[in-house]
Amino acid sequence: MTGFEAVVLTIVTAATPLLIAALGELVTERSGVLNLGVEGMMIVGAVTGFAGAQLTGSPYLGVIAAMAGGMALSSLFGFLVLRLAANQVASGLALTLLGLGLSGMIGEAFIGQPGLKLERIDIPFLTDLPVVGTILFGQDPLVYASVTLAVCVSRFLFRTRAGLALRAVGNNHASAHMLGVHVIRTRFLAVLFGGACSGLAGGYLSLAYTPQWVEGMTAGRGWIALALVVFASWMPLRAAVGAYLFGGALILQFHAQAEGIPLPSQFLSALPYIATVAALVILSRDRWTARNDSPSCLGQVFVPDR
Amino acid sequence: MMRATVLAVFAAMLALPAAQAADPVKAAFVYVGPIGDHGWTYQHDQGRLAVEKAFGDKVETVYIENVAEGPDAERAIERFAREGADIVFTTSFGFMNPTIKVAKRFPDVKFEHATGYKRADNVATYSARFYEGRYVIGQIAAKMSKSGVAGYVASFPIPEVVRGINSFLLGAQSVNPDFKLKIVWVNTWFDPGKEADAAKALIDQGADIMTQHTDSPAPIQIAGERGVHGFGQASDMDAFAPAAHYTAIIDDWSAYYIARVKAVLDGTWESGDVWGGFDADMVVMAPYTDLPEDVAADAAAMVEKIRSGEFHPFTGPIHDQEGKLRIAEGERADEGMLLGMNWYVKGVDDKLPQ
Repeated sequence: MTGFEAVVLTIVTAATPLLIAALGELVTERSGVLNLGVEGMMIVGAVTGFAGAQLTGSPYLGVIAAMAGGMALSSLFGFLVLRLAANQVASGLALTLLGLGLSGMIGEAFIGQPGLKLERIDIPFLTDLPVVGTILFGQDPLVYASVTLAVCVSRFLFRTRAGLALRAVGNNHASAHMLGVHVIRTRFLAVLFGGACSGLAGGYLSLAYTPQWVEGMTAGRGWIALALVVFASWMPLRAAVGAYLFGGALILQFHAQAEGIPLPSQFLSALPYIATVAALVILSRDRWTARNDSPSCLGQVFVPDR
Repeated sequence: MMRATVLAVFAAMLALPAAQAADPVKAAFVYVGPIGDHGWTYQHDQGRLAVEKAFGDKVETVYIENVAEGPDAERAIERFAREGADIVFTTSFGFMNPTIKVAKRFPDVKFEHATGYKRADNVATYSARFYEGRYVIGQIAAKMSKSGVAGYVASFPIPEVVRGINSFLLGAQSVNPDFKLKIVWVNTWFDPGKEADAAKALIDQGADIMTQHTDSPAPIQIAGERGVHGFGQASDMDAFAPAAHYTAIIDDWSAYYIARVKAVLDGTWESGDVWGGFDADMVVMAPYTDLPEDVAADAAAMVEKIRSGEFHPFTGPIHDQEGKLRIAEGERADEGMLLGMNWYVKGVDDKLPQ
């Protein structure tokens, strides 16, 4: 394996959990719901995924358990903010705290156990291609899933009727309601999708990235995913670009350090957030782009009149 | 007479928790992280469990985990003191000032603060000489490495960490004077993903021995995946990479905690400062695995030499990166120099972040 291949491989693995979680949150936010509980759903996904794999002996069942864990937590959030019309910001933050605590409780029995790893898939012949072989065709299954997901989410949002309905709900829930779109149901499904993605991203950490369970292992990646959604101005493919950019900055910083090139590592750790602030500034440069890009009803409560 | 009896009863009621002879000594522990971190806090909690095991129902232990350094810590510590704890262990550097503050208000309660430097009549401090273990693994690294390069996943550029890096390299240089050390700072104590990424970067750049001063088993796990070797940190991490794990530097607080609680039981507790290493069994090496017999035997012998005081990892001549003589021939670093170490020894391939 050449140095270049090795670097690209690590960048891809570092970016994948960010990308998966960001895509889920992107769909949720496109429907007009702001779920700040990504970190909490991720960590619960990490622990249920790990537990699922340990108990069944199959990392693939672990992946399913991770998604189920994230969805379970997001359905609680959905009930609070959609059914009870609770404040989304407060509920989301509470969800993160709940997830962090809950995961510690569930995971107590699994501390200190080495996990099962999702193995890389080797495609005959293609993996052996020079340079691009391992990068394109030698990844673990979730990397392929994340790229496919980005394309599918993009097609769904902008090329399907259901996607149009979802965006309509996010942009103007009153009008969508008038037109007969079931606002609450659409949002609930979007929240569930977000939960499944966050759970999957967490599962990627505990099953593929570092196959182990330790408390707090998401270490703020949920917040980076949230920032990424804004950075991408709610566009799925831009989210993919952003995730690889953030992953790339992190990994190149480590390589620079190991080479002995002094780079301010604190600055580079802050880079995702600085990039997000910059993106926000650019987005809000003129009103038209700002209105066009962000879901207008983001964070607003909708109570259908009877 | 009547009045005296009433008073006596009243006094007995007040003193109830402590006055009964059969009443256990209450030892409280304040942790900065979750007990499930499999690292720093996990090891402190193992110490607490050892105390329970050693004294049975003569001692009652309580703990609180995930206490943020700051005002929260003061509240947590004060609560234990108020609830009748006889001795409170506060196990993070950032708990130093809160501990001192609470100790002033509760002169009868004994406090023990880990890794700090402020003491009082009822506040003792304790820490462990992890650098002793680092010298031993440095020697093992130099003997086992084929590429002659080790990778070091480092957390924050504080004296504790710099001391470990220096000690590791001094150990390695004692075997192979040209041994190289590559360092990556991850700016966190605990982030398995980042630690793994740093380990991958180091291995990609030629390191075939992985060591770390961060808390998760991720780096050693990556070493295992990539077919190189390494060492565990804080606790025995052999299970995470059975084929890669040579040994680990274990923080073992059990002996200290048992001794201090016993002192409270016996009424002989006094404030003081303990900085123990191999000699106090506060630093212990995990079983040597996957090592040739002679290397393991040499390592064990070195542990004994350090334990007996025959050898000190920081024995001169030691030069810093600029070539300046820091410790003269035959001399040993004094405690002040060790505690405030902010320079690299010669041969470190990194610029110390300031």
